Amino acid sequence: MAPRHERLEALAEWRRQSTWVDGVLLAIRLGVAATILVGFGGSLVAGTYSIGNIASFVVFGLTIGCIYALVALGYTMVYGILRMINFAHGDVMMVGSFGGLFAADALSGAGVLEAAPLLSLPLVVAAGMVVGAGVALGVERIAYRPFLHVRSLAPLICAIGMSFVLQYAARGLFGSRNRAYPGFGWMERTFEVGGLTIPMLQVVAFVAAGVMLAGLLAVVRLTRLGRAMRAVAEDRDAAALVGIDVGRVIVATFAIGGAMAGVAGVLYALVFKQITVFLGFSLGIKGFAAAILGGIGNLPGALVGGLVLGLAEALGPALLLEGFALPAPYQFKDVIGYAMLVMVLIFRPQGLLGERLADKRA
Amino acid sequence: MSSFDIVTSSFRIHRRRGHAVAEAVRAGAFAGAAAIAFALVGAYLIMDRRFVVEDIITLAQTVVLLFVLGGGHAAARSAARDGATAATAIGFGALAGLVAGLLFAAAILLVAHVGLRSHLVAASPMLVRAVTFLGAPGSAVAAAVLVTAGTAAGSVGAAAAMLRADRRTAVLIGLAALLGAGLFRDVFAGLLHNLPGLAALEPMVFGVGGVTPVAAAVIAVGAAGLSLVLHHRRRPPIAASTRRRIEGVLLVVLLVLVPLVTDAFVAQVAMLVGLYVLMAMGLNIELGLAGLVDLGFVAFFAVGAYTMALACSSDPRAAVHLSFWLALPLATTIAAVAGLLFGLPVLRVRGDYLAMATLGLGEIVRVLVVSDAMKPYLGGSQGIIEIARPSLGGWTLDTPLQFYFLALILAALVGLVSWRLQHSRIGRAWLAIREDEDVAQALGIDLVAAKLLAYTVGAAFAGMAGAVFAALIGSVYPHSFQLAISINVLAILVIGGLGSLPGVVVGSLVLIGLPELLREFGEFRYLFYGIALVVTMHLKTEGLWPAVARQEATDA
Repeated sequence: MAPRHERLEALAEWRRQSTWVDGVLLAIRLGVAATILVGFGGSLVAGTYSIGNIASFVVFGLTIGCIYALVALGYTMVYGILRMINFAHGDVMMVGSFGGLFAADALSGAGVLEAAPLLSLPLVVAAGMVVGAGVALGVERIAYRPFLHVRSLAPLICAIGMSFVLQYAARGLFGSRNRAYPGFGWMERTFEVGGLTIPMLQVVAFVAAGVMLAGLLAVVRLTRLGRAMRAVAEDRDAAALVGIDVGRVIVATFAIGGAMAGVAGVLYALVFKQITVFLGFSLGIKGFAAAILGGIGNLPGALVGGLVLGLAEALGPALLLEGFALPAPYQFKDVIGYAMLVMVLIFRPQGLLGERLADKRA
Repeated sequence: MSSFDIVTSSFRIHRRRGHAVAEAVRAGAFAGAAAIAFALVGAYLIMDRRFVVEDIITLAQTVVLLFVLGGGHAAARSAARDGATAATAIGFGALAGLVAGLLFAAAILLVAHVGLRSHLVAASPMLVRAVTFLGAPGSAVAAAVLVTAGTAAGSVGAAAAMLRADRRTAVLIGLAALLGAGLFRDVFAGLLHNLPGLAALEPMVFGVGGVTPVAAAVIAVGAAGLSLVLHHRRRPPIAASTRRRIEGVLLVVLLVLVPLVTDAFVAQVAMLVGLYVLMAMGLNIELGLAGLVDLGFVAFFAVGAYTMALACSSDPRAAVHLSFWLALPLATTIAAVAGLLFGLPVLRVRGDYLAMATLGLGEIVRVLVVSDAMKPYLGGSQGIIEIARPSLGGWTLDTPLQFYFLALILAALVGLVSWRLQHSRIGRAWLAIREDEDVAQALGIDLVAAKLLAYTVGAAFAGMAGAVFAALIGSVYPHSFQLAISINVLAILVIGGLGSLPGVVVGSLVLIGLPELLREFGEFRYLFYGIALVVTMHLKTEGLWPAVARQEATDA
């Protein structure tokens, strides 16, 4: 601890340099901290939930967090390379989810799904990946490639347009009612660990998401394509000058991001058992929030951001909101996610893990 | 900007064109795929109920026909570019039409004989029946008809491509006029009905479903002829500024007169357009001038609406009981304060990050309003009802038309304020911030004050729109304040042209007015909305009515 007069000097220095805006921001920080303390303390005092409850929330939070992370990867990769938000990414995930559904239906019709779930799961996931990658390529072709060298909001608006097109085309094609995913044999069961009942599917989804993430990180770190992607993210023009085909790298990025979104769509459907054509929007925003939380453009950050967001959403209502003695605290579940998003953007735009390019843009 | 920009900006991605045959097959495949998508999405069946020309051709048939015509056209243009003669080019057009017809017929046969319905809800026997013109549904004869029709349409499209440019434009304009008349039948029928002296024309021009055959011929030939005449008439060139002024006056006349002389439905649509114009003018201050991308804009609209509700409703939650005319400035002020509070924390956030931060803030506001915790104050998901209508000395505003004019007057007022702000010192400061924040600060512009003012003014306009909206509907529900509104307003600005006031009006007309007029097609209008966004951005990246300064900047 520094001597008292040094601390006072630092304080005086801060006061000299800061404007009233800094004061407002500091007040917001303090307000948020106070809110969290009050909520957390209140929840502990109220003690509505047992340790067992909390543990099962954690398991669920990790599962949904992995799905967020997979969606976040697509945002983060595209943002890293194009510096643009892919607004249609959530809908890519939705279409991928439907691709998986049709594959699962076909397998279920042939009786394979029940008999050999471990064999069917990769097939269903692969169907989701292929469809997701295909749709993402379409989005790239229509909304991004024509505007690669134009500085305007056109790609953003085009991506919003594509989001509408995908959503309502899917509604016209597949109908607006909920579609149930078929069961996966023994994966439907639950098991017990230390008095805790865990649905098998959550574990399967967690493991599958982990495998996918590891595979993606390996591609980006170890392959030639991955190196090209990192180079383009660093400086597109310089990458072009050293002979990297920037157009192809962008296409590959969209394809991989779309494939990951397809996986996320299938896993989401496995955990929640049913899908609609409108699930892309909210999950898309969650995925984006996860990408921001972890530091956009940073791949491990997407994983961390997804897990943090999943845990915060799963635990928040029990640990934080319960403390305010509000009616129906679960209604504020989304507020936690959005508030985290806003706070990170305001106070730590480089995200939890940081992104080296953040200061250039934001 | 790095010096490398010069290097990469010369990379333009051009598709390598193949042999004319390959190009024709490609064009045909595109047309066929578009037609199949149109059918399987379910739009065909819905649009098949509406005639363009009465008892002759439906809207759905027109759309599919247009796809194939376009395919044949593209194939012929491509062949002609390779030096083919007119006859050969038309042959390539026929080939494209044949491919499109084959694809479409194959898809229909598939739908007829393989059960796709469990996955694709629109792949129904009804669809097969709708595209059967001869023979039994799903039979070879019916398929052959489709293939023949495709080939014929492809040839016609190709023949059109061989016309001289001015005649081609004339044909295009004639067809567009006909399609417009058929599609927006209700608007034009109402117009004819209400215009003095023209009422007798209405039954002659419009049947129950669409345009009557005779009138269709007159409209198409008339529009085409007019296009030719205008093209060939020698006239002194009009200066660009004069032209813009004439267009501006026409726009104003259109806005004032058209809702007056059409029916109540059009007036209601016009009212909605007016509200969006108000809101978009608010966002125009933030985004168009100051370059602050705000996706939480709907929150200010909501603040205005709820203030109006709490000030004018007979609901027990109402805080005060004011007249509309007092509540309107109150709602505007409170929304402005909300804008200030909203803007404070995100002062240092820039670019895309700002878009997401404001989106998050807007969503937080929405969740709060819906929640049970705020129910004692804001009514939760049941909202607040029984908001008093505005009255002026015993005369109550209650029709959409009256509200439209209220919105129009407010929009004119707000437009004037925006215009004066834009050309004032603060407006130039906003433009500087939009172009480069760091440079603006170095030039001595007070970033904090300028940005906060932009948020405040923008929010005030949106709050005003919200207040009028609440008074018009007579109730407020949290479900009226979805993120989609923020996105709509953003899209209006970009489609109209960032920073351009007439662009705001044009954007609202195109993105709010047209889809509302297509309400009979249900949710499909959102599909058309999405397609319209994409197509407009591809054709006019700067927007439909770009701001003058921007245009000059891009020309230079």
